[in-house]
Amino acid sequence: MTMRRDRALEVLAKHYPDGIVVPVYQSAFDWMAIRPHPLNYLCTGAMGQASSHALGLALGCPGERVVVLDGDGSLLMNLGTLVTIGHHSPVNLWHFVFQNGIYEVNGRFPVPGRRDVDFATMARAAGYPRTYAFDDLALFEDSISEVLAGDGPVLVNLDVEEGEAYPRDYVRIHSAQERESFKHALEERL
Amino acid sequence: MNGTAALTGKTTALTGAAIVDAFASAGVEFVVALPDIVTCEGVLWPISSDDRFRLVMVCKEDEGVSICSALSYANRRAVLLIQHTGFLDSVNAIRAMCTDYGLPVVMAVGLQGMEPDLAPAQSRHAGIRMLEPIIDAMQIGYTILDEHSTGDEIVSRIERAYAEPAPFVFLIPRSPL
Repeated sequence: MTMRRDRALEVLAKHYPDGIVVPVYQSAFDWMAIRPHPLNYLCTGAMGQASSHALGLALGCPGERVVVLDGDGSLLMNLGTLVTIGHHSPVNLWHFVFQNGIYEVNGRFPVPGRRDVDFATMARAAGYPRTYAFDDLALFEDSISEVLAGDGPVLVNLDVEEGEAYPRDYVRIHSAQERESFKHALEERL
Repeated sequence: MNGTAALTGKTTALTGAAIVDAFASAGVEFVVALPDIVTCEGVLWPISSDDRFRLVMVCKEDEGVSICSALSYANRRAVLLIQHTGFLDSVNAIRAMCTDYGLPVVMAVGLQGMEPDLAPAQSRHAGIRMLEPIIDAMQIGYTILDEHSTGDEIVSRIERAYAEPAPFVFLIPRSPL
């Protein structure tokens, strides 16, 4: 089974309406439409680095929850991050991985391992105390309160397919205006 | 930029303790690191037991670039302590965060394999020799911590990096013991 990514994001947005989120690539474009918010940290710059940015935010803002919306291709580019996060074990970090088996915004070519890579098991072996894997939207929706309760770090793997084709606004995610907006919103929040 | 100082001797006059104290004086809370043979004994080991800092060990240097970048949004000061090979391996992350975004990422980069009688630009090691031209091309400020360097200079450079904001690189050619 699998679920539409935008439907999964809508579930998350309903239960996490107001906190820091670090989304990447198509998850970012979807998330910007589904939950527009100044605490969306869009400017991760280099592929694979989202979870490292999220770790920096989690360490720098210990009173705030930080959610990262990673991709499978992106996480494969920075797998050591699982060990780094597991080692430092920030209680305020939630790591969602949207596994679609392809480099969706780079021509839909398959990633190594396609959909067979088990990120949840990898994360647990790397030191994440809680991991989940969902391939059914209803089950994810039933479990989201439990997923978001308690302490992190938590890794949640979601087996997804494309949903609504939200526009890919690369100019915006790299813009100085977005960075300033996030910085201002974070300063107000802290 | 300060890239042409003639270098002599096997150690910098600047001690590891002076560098560590300078980091603390500049308000650095986080040291994000991957061990480098030039700075491990004099800087990293002391920091690991210094409660003025939170040490964040990473598996790969580009993680550290991102962690320091994100910390800057929360107004938390950090130094990324790495080897020059890690800098080279992290060029895309540094390009994004430092050149494109201008974030105050402060890096202390050990020049592993640096010959004691040469300046970095004259090194027989390509990875060291090409470092300054690459940093220049990335439009990042840097200085070489040599026998003329002081802790005050380190403090001043870090203060300026966060005030502007702008990235900055300290190149460390000798083991500061």
